[in-house]
Amino acid sequence: MEQSKLPQTPSQTIGPYFAYGLTAVQYGYGFSSVIDNIIANEAPEKDIIYVTGNIYDGNGKVIHDAMIELWQADAKGAYVKNYEQELLFKGLGRYGTGTDGQQRFVFKTIMPGMVQGQAPHINVTLFMRGSLHVLYTRFYFEGDPANENDPLLLSVEPQRRTTLVAVKTNNTEQQEYCFNIYMQGENETVFFDL
Amino acid sequence: MDDMITNVQPPYLYPEYKSTVLRSPTKPLLIIKENLKNIQLPVFGESVIGKYDSDLTKNARKDHDPIGERIKVSGKVMDEYGKPLRNVLVEIWQANAAGRYIHKEEIHDAPLDPNFLGAGRMLTDNDGRYTFYSIKPGAYPWGNHYNAWRPNHIHFSVMGHQLTHRLVTQMYFPGDPLFEFDPIYQSVPLHARHLMVAKFRMDWTEPEFALAYEFNIVLKGKCQSIFE
Ligand SMILES: [Fe+3]
Repeated sequence: MEQSKLPQTPSQTIGPYFAYGLTAVQYGYGFSSVIDNIIANEAPEKDIIYVTGNIYDGNGKVIHDAMIELWQADAKGAYVKNYEQELLFKGLGRYGTGTDGQQRFVFKTIMPGMVQGQAPHINVTLFMRGSLHVLYTRFYFEGDPANENDPLLLSVEPQRRTTLVAVKTNNTEQQEYCFNIYMQGENETVFFDL
Repeated sequence: MDDMITNVQPPYLYPEYKSTVLRSPTKPLLIIKENLKNIQLPVFGESVIGKYDSDLTKNARKDHDPIGERIKVSGKVMDEYGKPLRNVLVEIWQANAAGRYIHKEEIHDAPLDPNFLGAGRMLTDNDGRYTFYSIKPGAYPWGNHYNAWRPNHIHFSVMGHQLTHRLVTQMYFPGDPLFEFDPIYQSVPLHARHLMVAKFRMDWTEPEFALAYEFNIVLKGKCQSIFE
């Protein structure tokens, strides 16, 4: 017999004022932060990648009050089990889009490995004023041949797959990928029902 | 069971809350297969919590106690099957007693309190319980509609042990007259709104010190974690 379930706590918007609570150090408030945008530290320079992107609303306007979290496996495809801020590889990052000059999110990390036959990818959790729900998505990396056989990517209709792929930028100083998120419109990002 | 009855979540698009119009997905969400969605999140340890992080009456105190009605809030974090979840990261933020956020872009004409920040965090204990002290937040205007004011609320961010255990919500106080005018509160189906309203607990109050509220949190799905 199926066990009876409790009703879930309903979701509500993160609102416009999360910064001093959830991303205090980044925004310069007098409180500490548990999670920041350095997902990997002190890897050899050639292994470090930067992930940036903008989040766009239905009018194509950049959203400057969103909070995004990334969660990824390490280079061998293993997820961190116990989180400490001092870890060289934390796997987890958080950033608000209100402090970058271009209102982007910016993360420093390393390329994740393959996880159980899935192409290298980073899980994305997204919150913003005007969104009543947590939004889930993930991104893969442009040019990775493993993308062709990724079970999740293959379950997306072909014309929308590119919305889940971060593209390599032409920044010559560092390895950089750009993952823009579109809430609506022609390029609307594929969001997940978990 | 009837989906209308079991669904407690708000829709993505709720036009009465105007900002949802340009910020909610318009295409159907991709349903993720079972074997791809059981993604574990890391377990947090005590090292991420500072000494006064769970006492908002103290963690920004400079020379006086913050102004307002002192409260204690406590509750259990569980999965949908009632299993208590320990080491869950619970983060909170709120307005001060006058309804003013410390956030730099907030322009509501109410006083800041130099002894109050309004942010805190804690981990749940072995019984899945969290507890914090704070000041009861005031209502504040927000411009969504004619003289719109938010009911008193505390924002919660909850991070459990798997990706489906990521919740951001708001805790409300019982009997607030602003409920019937607040589209954020009303975005949740009528039968489920009480799940966001804390319960006054006379038996948890501390004499001559603080009133007390209970706010339990149920996260989506069954906890798969080997740590529980
Ligand atoms: Fe608020």
